[in-house]
Amino acid sequence: MKYLSFLIVGLVFGLTITKAEAVSWFRIQEMFQFQSIHMFGIIGSAVVFGVLLVALLRKLGVKNADGQLVGEAPKQPSVVRYLAGGTLFGLGWAFAGICPSMLFPLLGTGLPSYLVILGAMLLGTFSYGVVRDRLPH
Amino acid sequence: MISFFSQPWPWWVAGPVVASVMITLLMLGRTFGVSGSLGTICNIGGAGKLAPMFRYDWKRDIWNLLFVGGTVIGGVIAIWVLPSGQEIALSEGARESFGQMGITNGYDKLGPEALFGAAAWTSWQAWVVWIVGGFALGFGARWAGGCTSGHAITGLSHLQWPSLLAVVGFFGGGLIAAHFILPAFFG
Repeated sequence: MKYLSFLIVGLVFGLTITKAEAVSWFRIQEMFQFQSIHMFGIIGSAVVFGVLLVALLRKLGVKNADGQLVGEAPKQPSVVRYLAGGTLFGLGWAFAGICPSMLFPLLGTGLPSYLVILGAMLLGTFSYGVVRDRLPH
Repeated sequence: MISFFSQPWPWWVAGPVVASVMITLLMLGRTFGVSGSLGTICNIGGAGKLAPMFRYDWKRDIWNLLFVGGTVIGGVIAIWVLPSGQEIALSEGARESFGQMGITNGYDKLGPEALFGAAAWTSWQAWVVWIVGGFALGFGARWAGGCTSGHAITGLSHLQWPSLLAVVGFFGGGLIAAHFILPAFFG
């Protein structure tokens, strides 16, 4: 039953960002050109709602399904890994006009080109794992 | 009813729904982040033999695969059951810049035919975009410890400064690629 809930939440997410055109190459390029409010509106309003809801849940001391206080664990303090890894990710985001969250719903188009991109993403993930100890974090 | 759902959804609907998805996963005891599933797939594929970071019991990440599996189904429903049949309402400025890249039509699709459609298979530029772009996304996401969903939505919602740094990187890299690399590559 709990497993089914993850599938359904994923379905809602994939349906929403596809219907809102947030998976579109055109919309991503338009965002990086500052030509439209569309993508900034999606990400911005998600963050505004997210900040308010997380603050509210924390203030109320709400517990999750595992009985623990709701909220994400603090991230590892670092500068270089977030800026360097983030910049590399950003280069890929605009160059391909796609990000991992967009890729999975786009597989629904049935176009095999997105499978090639998935393969390249997996290769990148794997390669990071191989050289991780030699990179600054 | 169908036509109500099949028209393009405005940003002010999508943003709050995305926030609700993040909150629902928090309530279920998980953290919203899509690129983590790529690591899970590497793990299942046996990547642990060469990289210790993939050496753990992947069964604890099954939820992650179900979540991304759900997003594929969501995409199928949006594209095949609820198509709007309209062109994406792009700004004039964006259309002009796409024209300079040789993309003048196909705005009813989610991406340019020349880059992702059947014609792309014989284009070397498309292959470079797929391989180099996909590789940078997979590598960069794990290096930064998350992607758009994990840092820009989840991390910023928790006011985590590392996520703010990552998002600065996302947009910095994106602006460089959009304004300098893409025009040179397609121009």
